Amino acid sequence: MSTINETIDGEEGASRRDFLHVAAAGLGGVGAAVAAWPFIDQMNPAADTLALASVEVDLSAIGEGEAVVIKWRGKPVFVRNRTPEEIAEANSVDMAALVDKQTDAERVQEGHEKWLVVMGICTHLGCVPLGTKAGDDRGDFGGWFCPCHGSHYDTSGRIRKGPAPKNLEVPTYAFLNDSTLKIG
Amino acid sequence: MAEWIDAKPKNKAAAWLEERLPIIGLVNNVVGVDTPTPRNLNYWWNFGSLAGLMLVVQLISGIVLAMHYTPNTLMAFDSVERIMRDVNYGWLIRYMHANGASFFFIAVYIHILRGLYYGSYKAPREVLWMLGLVIFLLMMATAFMGYVLPWGQMSFWGATVITNLFSAVPVVGDSIVTLLWGGFSVDNPTLNRFFSLHYLLPFVITGVVILHIWAKKVSDSGNPLGIDVKSSADQIPFHPFYTVKDAFGAAVFFAVFAAFIFYMPNALGHPDNYIPADPFVTPDSIVPEWYFLPFYAILRSITFDIGIPFTDVVIIPAKLLGVIAMFAAIIVLFFLPWLDTSKVRSGKFRPTFRIFFWFLVIDMVVLTIVGGKKPEGIWPVVGLIGTAYYFAHFLVVLPLLAKFEKTLPLPESIAQAVVKTDK
Repeated sequence: MSTINETIDGEEGASRRDFLHVAAAGLGGVGAAVAAWPFIDQMNPAADTLALASVEVDLSAIGEGEAVVIKWRGKPVFVRNRTPEEIAEANSVDMAALVDKQTDAERVQEGHEKWLVVMGICTHLGCVPLGTKAGDDRGDFGGWFCPCHGSHYDTSGRIRKGPAPKNLEVPTYAFLNDSTLKIG
Repeated sequence: MAEWIDAKPKNKAAAWLEERLPIIGLVNNVVGVDTPTPRNLNYWWNFGSLAGLMLVVQLISGIVLAMHYTPNTLMAFDSVERIMRDVNYGWLIRYMHANGASFFFIAVYIHILRGLYYGSYKAPREVLWMLGLVIFLLMMATAFMGYVLPWGQMSFWGATVITNLFSAVPVVGDSIVTLLWGGFSVDNPTLNRFFSLHYLLPFVITGVVILHIWAKKVSDSGNPLGIDVKSSADQIPFHPFYTVKDAFGAAVFFAVFAAFIFYMPNALGHPDNYIPADPFVTPDSIVPEWYFLPFYAILRSITFDIGIPFTDVVIIPAKLLGVIAMFAAIIVLFFLPWLDTSKVRSGKFRPTFRIFFWFLVIDMVVLTIVGGKKPEGIWPVVGLIGTAYYFAHFLVVLPLLAKFEKTLPLPESIAQAVVKTDK
């Protein structure tokens, strides 16, 4: 076939036809992708879901050694008032022993070291770890323990044992004053 | 390749229709008197039609349930309870649907194991086999999304764990999860889209089932001896022989199904799913439905990273590796026709293969048990060994067996073998 085409159209004609094929297919492909995008993007969070308020937390109600769960963006956030021993323990860890290497200082705000604020979501597969309520199993390292697949977090919310790959995430937050925390 | 026989209906109206749309011939050529079928099919060959019947049960009960169910996080749980308490026969239809999923998987798992034992995946049936695997994957997606709909604790947390698997994908993982959720956690948008897709996928399954049966028609049914049909002496018509045999098998299967529906409707479910979903309380242990347990065990068995030795550089983190292993457990089955290159199809004539086949069955049972246990004590180790054997079976054992196994002599024909054993 190609030899016949070449004799009729010449080499120039054949390449022009090729170009038209590629151009038409290419434009068709781009058109299909553009048409598909709204149908994919509709699955992403809608405007009302994105319109998220930040949350304020009254810290005066949280005694030393206690922790609370706050709902933020539909997810739990742990706010923990750490004891001096827990802070000391978090600082005494050998960095080489950590999976996701972070010092305790990188995970709290200066001057507010006793407040640990982390997302209450296991970085493995998204369960809510135990350890916030009094009497919960806090795992082998005194922080949190995820019952789903056995991840242990320490008093800085860092992963120490189990399948989770990362430390508990620290959300954006600020202290409005000594007893009010704003998450978000 | 199977011969296609034109039907010539005697009834005038039927003949009129047949000329315009040859649908009677179509049915006749798949399950009729004009479908020559190997004469030696045993009861393991019942499970294909049983799976088809379970698909019909799920479609009918599901369409009816959708008339009463409300896909909204505030109302879903209550609407299911309303079906159970107030809707006429709602309890029956919902128990049929919930247990029907389990029995669909029972039929399909036996159907797959039959295929593994008798080498049903070998030439010329590779595409038939792969279409079956596509159906299996679609079933898993459908069952998973269906389990989320009642919006109980297991619904919510199962959805959270499984959608979070995609966060293991490098770079775009979190964006994919957000896209799946339609928000920042499993919530109302997630429930709505799962309902939509749970309704859609069974019809996609029906479409692939039609392709599956078409491929079966083209390549013919296999048989327990695994040898090709040589003459008409090897065959009997599908109807009435196998329609009757399938009907008898269906009666027995449905009797067991009914026993579950009426006497132990919740035996295969998890009691925590009768607690409304609570995003702040993770159940004591999140357990998927029993038919997912082997794959869940494979997912959890990987707790180590793959990296460059003696450095901290991680190439594949444990989480991603677990997800890869779980998906690979099914992907590997697609390559089975080319991994097991033994010319002998049936396990009947492969003495060593047969032993390893039962190892695989035991391995699957062990993985099912591990998947249901908390990841403590001995279980993670057992899970890792079970996972290792699963992959070794397909990637090492089968290719080696194909090379070194001494197979037994094959009979000359189906008819000869069958007549011989009859004496």
